[in-house]
Amino acid sequence: MTTAMDGPKLTKKDFVSDQQVRWCPGCGDYAILSSVQHAFAKLGIPRHKIVIISGIGCAARFPYYVDCFGFHTIHGRAPALATGLKVSRPDLSVWVVGGDGDMLSIGGNHLLHALRRNVGIKILCINNRIYGLTKGQYSPTSPVGTVKKSTPMGSIDRPVNPISLALAAEAGFVARTVDVFGPHLQETLLRAAAHEGSVFVEVLQNCLIFNDATFSNVTDRASREDNVLYLEHQKPLLFGAGGDKGIRLNGLKPEVVRVGEGGVPESELLVHDEKDESLAYLLSRMEGDGFPTPIGTFRTQEHVSYEAAAAQQVRTAREQKGEGDLMKLIHSGDVWTVP
Amino acid sequence: MTTKQLKSLDTVVIRFAGDSGDGMQIVGSEFGNTAAIVGNDLATFPDFPAEIRAPAGTLPGVSGFQVHFSANEIFTPGDQPDVLVVMNPAALKVNRGDLPDNGILIVDTDAFDARNLKKAGYEQSPLEDGSLAQFRLFAVPLTSLAEKSLRDVEGLTTKEKRRNKNIFALGMTYWLFSRPLDNTIKWLTQKYAKKPQHVEATTTALRAGYAYCDASEAFQVRYEVPPAPSQPGLYKSIQGNEALALGLVAASVKSGLPIFYGSYPITPASPVLEALAQYKNFGVITFQAEDEIAAVTSAIGASFGGRIGITASSGPGIALKGEAMGLAVMVELPLVIINVQRAGPSTGMPTKTEQSDLLQAMFGRNGDAPIPILAARSPSDCFEIGFEAVRIAIKYVVPVLVLSDGYLANGAEPWKLPHKFEDLPDIPVHFHTDPKGFEPYRRDDVTLARPWVKPGTPGLEHRIGGLEKDRLTGNVSYDTANHQHMTDVRAEKVARIVADVPDLEVFGDESGEVLVVGWGGTYGAIHSAVRRCRSDGISASQIHLRHLNPFPANLGEILGRFKKVLVPELNTGQLILLLRARFLVDAIGLNKVEGQPFKVREIVSRIQELSA
Repeated sequence: MTTAMDGPKLTKKDFVSDQQVRWCPGCGDYAILSSVQHAFAKLGIPRHKIVIISGIGCAARFPYYVDCFGFHTIHGRAPALATGLKVSRPDLSVWVVGGDGDMLSIGGNHLLHALRRNVGIKILCINNRIYGLTKGQYSPTSPVGTVKKSTPMGSIDRPVNPISLALAAEAGFVARTVDVFGPHLQETLLRAAAHEGSVFVEVLQNCLIFNDATFSNVTDRASREDNVLYLEHQKPLLFGAGGDKGIRLNGLKPEVVRVGEGGVPESELLVHDEKDESLAYLLSRMEGDGFPTPIGTFRTQEHVSYEAAAAQQVRTAREQKGEGDLMKLIHSGDVWTVP
Repeated sequence: MTTKQLKSLDTVVIRFAGDSGDGMQIVGSEFGNTAAIVGNDLATFPDFPAEIRAPAGTLPGVSGFQVHFSANEIFTPGDQPDVLVVMNPAALKVNRGDLPDNGILIVDTDAFDARNLKKAGYEQSPLEDGSLAQFRLFAVPLTSLAEKSLRDVEGLTTKEKRRNKNIFALGMTYWLFSRPLDNTIKWLTQKYAKKPQHVEATTTALRAGYAYCDASEAFQVRYEVPPAPSQPGLYKSIQGNEALALGLVAASVKSGLPIFYGSYPITPASPVLEALAQYKNFGVITFQAEDEIAAVTSAIGASFGGRIGITASSGPGIALKGEAMGLAVMVELPLVIINVQRAGPSTGMPTKTEQSDLLQAMFGRNGDAPIPILAARSPSDCFEIGFEAVRIAIKYVVPVLVLSDGYLANGAEPWKLPHKFEDLPDIPVHFHTDPKGFEPYRRDDVTLARPWVKPGTPGLEHRIGGLEKDRLTGNVSYDTANHQHMTDVRAEKVARIVADVPDLEVFGDESGEVLVVGWGGTYGAIHSAVRRCRSDGISASQIHLRHLNPFPANLGEILGRFKKVLVPELNTGQLILLLRARFLVDAIGLNKVEGQPFKVREIVSRIQELSA
């Protein structure tokens, strides 16, 4: 586990590297970068103990811009490389940053296995439903019918739901936040940092150039209240202006209901429970059809982390066999002497 | 009881062959272990199908294990068997062509029923039609004799008793070659420690097989093969994969860096993973990754974190690791990548040996991405090569590729053990910790190594990655002159490793008629062939490459001293391409891709032709 440091308090500025940021003006990544730098300053972890690992894509340039240790690796493989690092060095705070193409397409397999192994790495999947760095092809999260340069007649494959996938992959901590929701993003990162085990955070992000306004229902100030459902542990699922709407369970299906005067009482609403597997999955499926987009922590579960279990096996082996003795090992077995 | 004759032999090759489920690998390796304990020099060659249990009794299901044991120094498992033990008609059909006239043939007659004969494609039993007359045939009902010998053993089904036919056969061969039983009895007792009825059954069957020959009128002659003279010291029999794992652990202890071994199971490399998983008390972490790419990238992550990252696979897996190996070249971190080669292309023949990945090792990455390459020449040499690969990776802060092959991986030979810890070279490690004037790509003047910095070192926060880097700061750089410089320096860094590559020693004449140049697992066959030719008065010499990139410094000069250069390889000509390109030498290839090692006589006859 990473431990808090004794020393001067850090600020966002301490995490700004000397490299010029090369994202497009107006890119959602700027806001995410700023929130990450703010959040890192609040972690209580010294800079040299933090590592950001990335794959390939616009989002994967992240490590260059944060003044800590960083490794910009190859397409899709960041979770695997981060696994090797975290298992080798459990003392480090290891973050993985990548986009929807990097994580869910070319790196889908590594994402799945890093999450289910419960490796203590914090994965930020920055989802803008588009390939940006290759100049605007549809991605595995693009809706069916997405017309882009490689899909002039519209994409025909059904998109993957990142939160449902992460839940199914047994991720220890699963959350969603939004590029421009600064305080919420920071709060989510701080909770992610405190979680022992695998973390998956989907960050909805706007690509101004190739897929502008893909999440405008969530980010537009005018419609935000009606379209965003903030998940809070042990709180009823309320949204809308002044909390006038809520989510109720009708049989096994959620429905949107009016709350308060003329509507249903709050006591009939679903109450969020981060430990409830079924509820987490049900919430992850809420999309469109008048349903709001849930933001916040879908699920947390506590299991021993992979790196802790690996270290424990080494300790156990040493207790049982003693510290490795090389010459004893080499000279063991059916040995004979030639005089 | 009749008096049996005892004859002494210098060298014997025995082959056990049967169904994949008949336990041929077990009796073969036990025969080898006992030969080792007796003090013979030996070499073993397991040869088995990729299928775990092909349909019983069929030709594709035949599994074999050959042991060459001798009172002299030997270098190969032998070209052909002197003794062939076959457990069914299919095994006879597959192997009889290799048995020379007058060879000893032991056959389990119980397996020669109509069904098995048909499966093997025999219209009538070869035991009855006189077609085996050129051999010294011992037709023995092994299965029923094994079952009878276990009449009094309780707690076993008839089927289980009959399965001990392989151990019964082993007992017979122990009698035939005057071997002691106690080593195998000890091994069986340990193996079945939790199943006492199996200890009783197997040890009884072993003794029964031995006693059968002793009593049988059919066996009138037994043989002895005296111990081979060896240098004084401690020895044990070792397989290549086992030796490789030990070499890696030894380097880990010597360097003080614990191993992180990322690997995805693949034939024939998996035993290295399984061996290292036993050594957790040395701090080893084995990570069975989701795929080959995760195996190598996790190892890179571990090296970034300050462990020694190692990954292994065979050809198909190495192909998948290519991009990540390029990353390791770019970020310049220590890493060891092991390729236990098998017959390709694609899935090829997983359990058959080949050396056809040399050019993949040299060039199998995008861009100019040079990697140092080492290749083991014998099973026990895998220890040295594994150790040396780690040492070079750490000293030069560079990824290193190791080539082994299926023949070395599964074959065994006596290994003279390093006696003391001090006998092994030291591996100094330097992690850079000083923030003053730190630049991630400022290099050591001699080795050109860049500083190895562990995350967690205060004041040294920096970023690395696969994009081209500035020659000092390591920041992303698209500067044209910088890319030229970095490409050149990555090549120069590998070239300078020649300082750690010992000069080649020529076996035979220092100059002359024919020089045979080999690399990797063909050493034994080439060496035997060159010795045989020399004893016949032919001017033949040998050099054998364990370092393929960079080549030893004196290679070009040696090549120039001979009229003819012969390059035997188990591929269609890969080293020869490198030698021709590098040294403009008009070398001659001897190439074979049959999934089998070279026979000594194949090389001998080519040398004879060239010197005629």
